[in-house]
Amino acid sequence: MNFATQSRRDVLKAGSLAALAAVLAPQMGFAQASAVEAELKKLFADKKMGEGKITLDLPQIAENGLVVPVGVTIESPMNAGDYVKAVHVFADGNPLPGVVSFKFSPEAGKASANTRMRLAKTQNIICVAEMSNGALFSAKQEVKVTIGGCGG
Amino acid sequence: MSGERKPVPRVRVPKTAKAGEVIEIKTLISHAMESGQRRDGAGKPIPRKILNKFTAAFEGKTFFEADWHPAISANPYQAFFFKVEKAGEFTFTWKDDDGSTYENKQKIAIG
Repeated sequence: MNFATQSRRDVLKAGSLAALAAVLAPQMGFAQASAVEAELKKLFADKKMGEGKITLDLPQIAENGLVVPVGVTIESPMNAGDYVKAVHVFADGNPLPGVVSFKFSPEAGKASANTRMRLAKTQNIICVAEMSNGALFSAKQEVKVTIGGCGG
Repeated sequence: MSGERKPVPRVRVPKTAKAGEVIEIKTLISHAMESGQRRDGAGKPIPRKILNKFTAAFEGKTFFEADWHPAISANPYQAFFFKVEKAGEFTFTWKDDDGSTYENKQKIAIG
């Protein structure tokens, strides 16, 4: 079974929530890989992304999906001519694809940040770094979630 | 559900640093970060209410920002770095969906 995100949104807009919940209960509310792709397309069109430069600090297994540490560090001299402008973090199995966007200036001295996120289930974390010269880099890592952080 | 309390920020900045030293700053603030994805006992969606933006500035100049989405955990933690060149004051600001802002200031000296 494959329900397209698009039509699901239209249905949601139409307001037939209860009927939808009954039909789509297992799928409802979870972003798919395609939601992250759509988000990336919106932000960066089809610009090429390089590999490397990004170190993700994520647990392999998160026992509690409500509080999962996430850290990113980007290799960069962080001077006025060459620095990391922004880092975006996405999760492809959450109800919404976005997790956090960090913005840096060279004064930060180090393009690195740590926070904590909720993960609804086992999924991939995707990170995209935007350099001051416009270059993009991406990295992806899976986090296995024992108890999902999407309770009602 | 319990009543809402005003978010309380907690920030850890070293008191002193050497000129040119890169320091780590750690922040935490109490907040439910209601994602907008949950439902109450009656099945009604609980409206989203999160802190959506964190800003760190030194002497009035922003050097780090985080745009938080609903996936950020309750009582959001944020750690980041700053290269200390001179003594001065940091201002940390959290912006709530409801328009409120919360602020914390910290001084650092060279030594």
